[in-house]
Amino acid sequence: MAKYMLLLRDNGSFAGISPEEIQRVIARYSAWRQSLGTRIVSASKLRDSDGRVLRRDGGKTVVMDGPYTETKEIVGGYFLIEADSYDHAIELSRDCPHFDFGTIEIRELQPTPTA
Amino acid sequence: MTDVPAFVDHLFRRSAGRMTATLARVLGANHLDLAEDFVQEALMAALAQWPYSGVPENPEGWLFRVARNRAIDVLRKHARAIDEAFAVREEALPRFAHELGDDDLRMMLMCCDERLAPETRLALTLKIVCGFSVDEIARALLATPDAIAQRIVRAKKFIRDNAIELTLPSREEMPRRLDSVLDVVYLMFNEGYAASAGDNLVRRDLVDEAIRLGEELPPLPKTHALAALMHLQRARLAARVDAAGDPLLLDEQDRSLWDRDAITRGLKHMELAAAGDELTRFHVEAEIAAEHLFDETNWPRIVELYDDLMAIAPSAVVALNRAIAVAMVDGPQAGLDAASALEVELDDYVPLHATIGELARRAGDAARAREHFRRAADLTTTLPLKRWFVKRIQGA
Repeated sequence: MAKYMLLLRDNGSFAGISPEEIQRVIARYSAWRQSLGTRIVSASKLRDSDGRVLRRDGGKTVVMDGPYTETKEIVGGYFLIEADSYDHAIELSRDCPHFDFGTIEIRELQPTPTA
Repeated sequence: MTDVPAFVDHLFRRSAGRMTATLARVLGANHLDLAEDFVQEALMAALAQWPYSGVPENPEGWLFRVARNRAIDVLRKHARAIDEAFAVREEALPRFAHELGDDDLRMMLMCCDERLAPETRLALTLKIVCGFSVDEIARALLATPDAIAQRIVRAKKFIRDNAIELTLPSREEMPRRLDSVLDVVYLMFNEGYAASAGDNLVRRDLVDEAIRLGEELPPLPKTHALAALMHLQRARLAARVDAAGDPLLLDEQDRSLWDRDAITRGLKHMELAAAGDELTRFHVEAEIAAEHLFDETNWPRIVELYDDLMAIAPSAVVALNRAIAVAMVDGPQAGLDAASALEVELDDYVPLHATIGELARRAGDAARAREHFRRAADLTTTLPLKRWFVKRIQGA
């Protein structure tokens, strides 16, 4: 089955959230995760600090502190899921609570040709 | 790793309170803000990670570990003390505890310091012990967030300035020190109970928090008495309003809506409350609440109980309630006479005007009834009550 990468970008709207609200938000994500069941291949939060961006500059590798701040929303984490098609992947993502806190980019993993 | 869609109720609030209490004991009460910051960071870490990783097996243990690590990172020189405090806590981590830990109790006693005004004690307790945000407290207590924030800042300054320590009183001293705590819990309950009928969920949370604390505070007879009182009153909560959210009088209430479980718990606590030789106002008020559960209300008995209450904790509000009971025994005119004597003292008190209005109506004095229902409608701040009084004006 095809795999799709969901890149969750955060818009930093969690400021001033109360413990009770935090619990509610997590509960919503849990419910969404549960609805996906075994379709989730892997998922992880990416650390918000200490990213690096590497660039080759005239034979020298330049290391810059990231994550890229030109993009307003940084990728907060990802889900790798199985779905039948893009439409299906969109359908599965539709109820993700993340839309209240940022955007989701969906990219299909390039399938490897079977030998 | 498990995916539990529903947590233990209010886990984050409770954990916040417990973690703050433990950290504050190590750092000292003058570093309350710092303790709260570490706790907030732990909660935010969960918010960042759990959506991806799922909820860990022991969510509270996870939160405690993160708060501890964070505190140790910043306060290297206190590392050992923090580590020890949390080691003890994690061991005893009560996932479904029914008793406050020593740290929480210390914190509760500090928040309820008798030198603070009762409303300030309540706000501080909700913030620190119960893990409410300033906004939530403001909504629950019908105040502005600014006002609540200021009240809390001032209280913390008072704690610093007076070097109030987080200590546990001796066994002998505990019962006395607990009085202020019980008063605050009851105040919390009443604040929530008074208007929890509407759609204001946070106010319902106050009722739940107060009942939880009543269950978890040191189980002295007077604690049981307070717990009994709160359970028995809560039992009637659902029946107090009609479908439109408007209040119903006791004799209009559908008794099948009463919460049987709450009644059972309340009566159990009443039994336990009878153990000591101290008779508190909570004992008497619980008994009054219990009397109201019978199909045939024994009003002469209730008048007696209000007499007892006047002897223990005399107040105009108690006298007003007594007047209502008197009306049920000796007729509306007798009640009206008793209530009218309180008119000056309770001029701004909505229930006084509601009572006089109702008793005047029953005594056949429509003009007086209308006058007082109007005054009640003007004074009240909640919409369902306002509607109810307007209805009464028209019916009088």
